[in-house]
Amino acid sequence: MSGAAKPKDPFIASLGKIYAGYTGGFAAFVIILAILEQFGVPSRLLGYAFVFLTIAVYAYIGIISRTQAVSEYYVAGRRVPAIYNGMATGSDWMSAASFIGMAGSLYAGGYGALAFVLGWTGGYLLVAILLAPYLRKFGQYTVPDFLGARFGGNLARSVGVVVLITASFVYVVAQIVGVGIITQRFLDVSFGVAVFVGLAGILVCSMLGGMRAVTWTQVAQYIVLIIAYLLPAILMSVQVTGVPIPQLMYGFALERITELEGGFRAAGQTVLAHTAPFVTPAGAFSMPAAINFFALIFCLMVGTAALPHILMRYFTTPSVREARVSVAWSLFFIFLLYFTAPAYAAFAKLEIYQNVIGARIADLPAWVENWRLMSPYGVPWINITDRNGDGIVQLAELAIHPDVVVLATPEIAGLPYVIAGLVAAGGLAAALSTADGLLLALANALSHDVYYKMIDPKAPTKRRLIIARTLLIAVAIIAAYTAGSIGADILFLVAWAFSIAAAGLFAALVMGVWYKRTTNVAAVSGMVVGYVVTFGYLLWSEFAGFSFVQLFGAKDQILAAARQVQALAGSTDAAKAAAAALLANADAVRDGALAWLGGLIPGMPTDTVVLRGRVTARLWGINNISGGIFGVPLAFLTIYVVSQVTKAPSQAMQDFVESIRIPRGGVRLADRREAVE
Amino acid sequence: MFRRANGEDKKGMPSIEETRAPEPDSGPPVDPQVAAAHWRKTSNLMWIMLAIWFVAGFAVHLFAPSLNGVRFLGFPLGFYMAAQGSLIIFVVSLFWFAHAQNKVDEEFGVQED
Repeated sequence: MSGAAKPKDPFIASLGKIYAGYTGGFAAFVIILAILEQFGVPSRLLGYAFVFLTIAVYAYIGIISRTQAVSEYYVAGRRVPAIYNGMATGSDWMSAASFIGMAGSLYAGGYGALAFVLGWTGGYLLVAILLAPYLRKFGQYTVPDFLGARFGGNLARSVGVVVLITASFVYVVAQIVGVGIITQRFLDVSFGVAVFVGLAGILVCSMLGGMRAVTWTQVAQYIVLIIAYLLPAILMSVQVTGVPIPQLMYGFALERITELEGGFRAAGQTVLAHTAPFVTPAGAFSMPAAINFFALIFCLMVGTAALPHILMRYFTTPSVREARVSVAWSLFFIFLLYFTAPAYAAFAKLEIYQNVIGARIADLPAWVENWRLMSPYGVPWINITDRNGDGIVQLAELAIHPDVVVLATPEIAGLPYVIAGLVAAGGLAAALSTADGLLLALANALSHDVYYKMIDPKAPTKRRLIIARTLLIAVAIIAAYTAGSIGADILFLVAWAFSIAAAGLFAALVMGVWYKRTTNVAAVSGMVVGYVVTFGYLLWSEFAGFSFVQLFGAKDQILAAARQVQALAGSTDAAKAAAAALLANADAVRDGALAWLGGLIPGMPTDTVVLRGRVTARLWGINNISGGIFGVPLAFLTIYVVSQVTKAPSQAMQDFVESIRIPRGGVRLADRREAVE
Repeated sequence: MFRRANGEDKKGMPSIEETRAPEPDSGPPVDPQVAAAHWRKTSNLMWIMLAIWFVAGFAVHLFAPSLNGVRFLGFPLGFYMAAQGSLIIFVVSLFWFAHAQNKVDEEFGVQED
């Protein structure tokens, strides 16, 4: 963009001032609440203040950003500067899973959970190198727009929409569970009610202003969430080491944890070594742990580069160049939280190991009671059961659900309650911002790609925006209902979303830009193969793990699975009877019909494990949260092979690809019907 | 460019006009040979970045058990790489990439104006 073509937009020019003022205001708000706490204002009121006032601010931004213009609604008018788009992407990206779930997983899983840290950052390299600049150059509204234009219209578009909806829906349900967890604790309402309170907050941000409102709200939410994450980590670092740089100082916490672990082991207890890679709790090297670690990194990275709510953020920058820089800024802002998460986990663990384990149960402070409330997973968030009746907390007697580590740590570490409230506000910001982005991606796919592009291409602008808003509310309510009635492990749902998006969309998007010969049939079949294989594998292995292993497993694994089914409290009577019948006649059990495939990799048998209260199957020992590892390569292979045997794309299509690859100039659409007005 | 042809994006439309416009209007044509050379260089940069991605994202962590023998500010090095080292490499390499790709675009005169 030449200087002449870019008149100073007063709003864009004053963004720095606006957000500096906002940050100052938020800091003042936190300080005032801290003072009020000292004067004895009850913590319950502080919790209300944090939840309601922050939601009110987001709502206010959402309302002043309302719009009637289509391009404002879908792509924020394409004038979001790189750095602000980076912040907005940061909070769009960092969801309840990052904010609430990740440090908790690190707390529980040590090194193994670093796969999330790596996977959720490294994917941005793929976004920047392979996709974002080219999708920005293409310059329309949604990811299915690109699929439709590149791969010959509505078939490719519809397949893209199906993948998008599946992945985003699974993802948004996880976010709403996150919102529910926070509001439940800080407003003292039931989980089901909490979900709908949170939902109101989400809707008011995105409904009126679409992408424009979501963008500016997300920047505000980023500021809240990063302050809320860094501050307690800094305070804990000061408490433990005297230096306010948690990211550098937690090395010493790690050393101390390792010593304490040694002590627990000497006393005959089993404890997972926090810093040791690829080990079982007993300390032995574990090949499946290593394979799953890398498989998960791969799926999360590729999923990053395929999730439509992230890719569509780069449609909002003013130019291709800014789109690239914007990816770098996004990663920087995400990095600020992600390199703090392991520090958060380490300080929390040290706190617990030092001050809770070995303490007298009667002396434990109030937070134990505060968090003993029921989680949607059917167990209390934090529970201490004095199994040996000695009145002292042992390692094995303390159960903390990973999803609550971040929220509860400020109280556990004895920080003022205002910090706990701040963390809740941050977690809420993270969950709300991601839910906003996802709902918008979902509603846009339905209103723009399905309704406008397929059903009624002549629909007037006004009707399109009404449809978009109606669908937004409908999708939100369905998602909230699902979240309220199922409620599931946040990290696990999110990881599924990544695998589904990765397998369904990544190959087609990348090949569409980087391999000119990719044909329509090839792309569609690649998407279908990736999606069906991955989603099918996820569903089958999760909900019918026993039947999966009966087909792909060897005799020993089938019998082991039958024993797991029998021992599991949640198995139905029919399943138990079937397992018992199998075990009673164990000699007659044969290898599964496809056991040769399941046993293809030596040392990595297809087996089952009990996870999330179910007997879940693992093909080649790979947990189903990394299911994309099967779908992604298959999708690439399918696209490549089918492209070789189908007729090469037309010259017009090849010109179209050429024009996307070069930042200068307009885009030449092969089929003008695919253009957006 | 395609905003300029369209006046400005004040009304916010990335507008289809330019896509509907006859080819000569959609900007000064880029010489196919220049385009091909530009794409070759862009592809090379892509492979370099993918190599960085692979090494920092995967290869280093294969050696985590042995790297953990080295200590650094109290961190076992293998743990440090996964928790921080690789992340820093990702961020720095992305800013470098944005810069390098802009250079490539300018070298062939195909940047946005």
